[in-house]
Amino acid sequence: MAVLVNKDTRVLIQGITGGQGTFHSEAMLEYGTKIVAGVTPGKSGEEVHGIPVYDSVRAAKDAQDATASVIFVPAPFAGDAALEAIAADLNPIVLITEHVPVQDEIKIIHAAKSKGIAIIGPNTPGIITPGAKQKLGIMPGHVFSHGDVGLMSRSGTLTYEIAAGMTYAGIGISTAFGLGGDPCVGLTTVEGVELFKGDKDTKALVLVGEIGGDAEERAAVYVKKEYDLPVVGFIAGRTAPPGKRMGHAGAIISGSSGTAAAKIKAMNDAGIHVAEKPSDVARILKELL
Amino acid sequence: MKLLEHEAKEIFRAFGMPMPPGGVARTPEEAKKRAEEVGKPVVVKAQVLAGKRGKAGGVKFADTPDEAASHAKEILAMRINDLPVEAVLIEEKLDIQQEIYAGVTVDRNERKYVMIGSGAGGMSIEELAEESPEKIIKRHVDPSLGFQPWEAREMAIAMGFKGKAINRLGSFFMRLWNIVSKYDVELSEINPLILTKDGRFLAADARLNIDDNALFRHKDIIERIQRAPTEQNERELKATAEGMAYVELDGDIACICNGAGLTMATLDVVNLYGGKASTFLDLGGGSDKERVEKGIEIALMYDKVKAILVNIMGGITRCDDVANGIISARDDKGIDVPMVIRMVGTNEKEGQEILTKAGIPFMKTMEEAASKVVELVKEAA
Repeated sequence: MAVLVNKDTRVLIQGITGGQGTFHSEAMLEYGTKIVAGVTPGKSGEEVHGIPVYDSVRAAKDAQDATASVIFVPAPFAGDAALEAIAADLNPIVLITEHVPVQDEIKIIHAAKSKGIAIIGPNTPGIITPGAKQKLGIMPGHVFSHGDVGLMSRSGTLTYEIAAGMTYAGIGISTAFGLGGDPCVGLTTVEGVELFKGDKDTKALVLVGEIGGDAEERAAVYVKKEYDLPVVGFIAGRTAPPGKRMGHAGAIISGSSGTAAAKIKAMNDAGIHVAEKPSDVARILKELL
Repeated sequence: MKLLEHEAKEIFRAFGMPMPPGGVARTPEEAKKRAEEVGKPVVVKAQVLAGKRGKAGGVKFADTPDEAASHAKEILAMRINDLPVEAVLIEEKLDIQQEIYAGVTVDRNERKYVMIGSGAGGMSIEELAEESPEKIIKRHVDPSLGFQPWEAREMAIAMGFKGKAINRLGSFFMRLWNIVSKYDVELSEINPLILTKDGRFLAADARLNIDDNALFRHKDIIERIQRAPTEQNERELKATAEGMAYVELDGDIACICNGAGLTMATLDVVNLYGGKASTFLDLGGGSDKERVEKGIEIALMYDKVKAILVNIMGGITRCDDVANGIISARDDKGIDVPMVIRMVGTNEKEGQEILTKAGIPFMKTMEEAASKVVELVKEAA
């Protein structure tokens, strides 16, 4: 098994006729993802790579039994697209889009929360379950192999880097997902650990964090109390200066809070094995498993 | 986008926020005129996007319009935090009974706005949190209801106010909330908010940071302020225009990578091998030949750069393509610092051959690449 996405997930792509939507739908189809419908208002009747396009999420869901959504809609309209997916009870909703206004993020996160829907992102590479050949996102599928380690991260390419290292070392992944690089994201790090805790086939966890906020510290506290399997952590931004946004909107040390040192300390205190370099993650896992 | 005090106060005015009488001046003559209009002793305040302007000498009191003019002359010639002072704000000097703090920010854990108030204003909220955290009153805003008047009154009561002050301060908080929600404000502070001896609550300072991602729906603000929305140097502007994230640091190795997390991790690994980064340059997740070339061009504009480390975790990026791009950039424009390339993607082997032939080290792992670039910098020194 896996978390959030499995072989039964039926995927709808919002913004499928746009450049990003079209490009990544093709890559997802090649990987094996069960994309059943696309949505672009005003374009019903069209097809993208053989996938039927509908005017609304409701219509697409009714026609094709979609269960989950991946959103490629541009930032000014992404909040609205997510609310439409929430109204149609799709779950999970993967919001790839970067630069969504924080006020819109707050709105959609709480709308989803009140219905028990998981929002992954915004500003995420998505979620992948290699064992089910399902990828809902933009990650290169071939760097992820099937196995029993869960992987969560606040970044995209760094996740690919670590996943590739794991694959090279012969360590597979149950499910991997990007939490999102923004200050406010839907599914939190703690909630992610909780999900993996409930998955019998995940035997270890990798937590890839970065500077900014205290999601990692909170996750460490949760791991210490509730999670008994091995956890390997990595924190990016040990040498980042305070007060500067390091690429991600959420990657900023404010005053003395959000430092890598504090996160590493919290992880160490919780018995999480902290890797010094990305390549150490696979090495440590190998020792632990 | 951070607004200057007087720009924020223009928005405040439109929402009926009570403020001391006054106005902005860009010359000593204008400052004198503003002070005459106020007709009372005034304060002359530097308009600059930097904290602690008072400590830097950017806030001065004047009893007469002539004195205001001479203070303005002095302050307008200053640089605070390496930023020029282009205007001053002249406002009535207040008869202070109490300094109060009022602010709003986004709580990233709760994923809600949080209103913050304290009866002990004047010092920074960080200092206050150290000294007397019990004096900080916080209230999260319900995302579906918005901030409500009764909640604003409860904050005023919790901050220690009684009688008429409860409603007055409450309505002050409500106005602040209305501004925040209307203008996509991600951070606002009014510090100090002054309670005058005659019982008025006045915004003596104003800080408004508008969410850059929401500027598309606030074109009116950009038009009104008539300045560039950010203070960026030439290289930062160029990177922003290309959609790249660019941060200058104090080392000498430019790290050009794709993705924020990978770029940060690359900086860290360079540090582990004894080097120091000069540049954080995130090309964006999907990177290609053109973006790598553009990134190298921008990185080279910074005079601290003594070597370049390119680290691309590609999926579909073709390494041979990027390798050819780098060589043509070197041959056309002349890259005169050592370069190390590390790339993962399609046609890695071909890419490696092309670069090796051209004498540019191509490495398989981040660690090898970082240690190589550090070694090259040391050799060159």
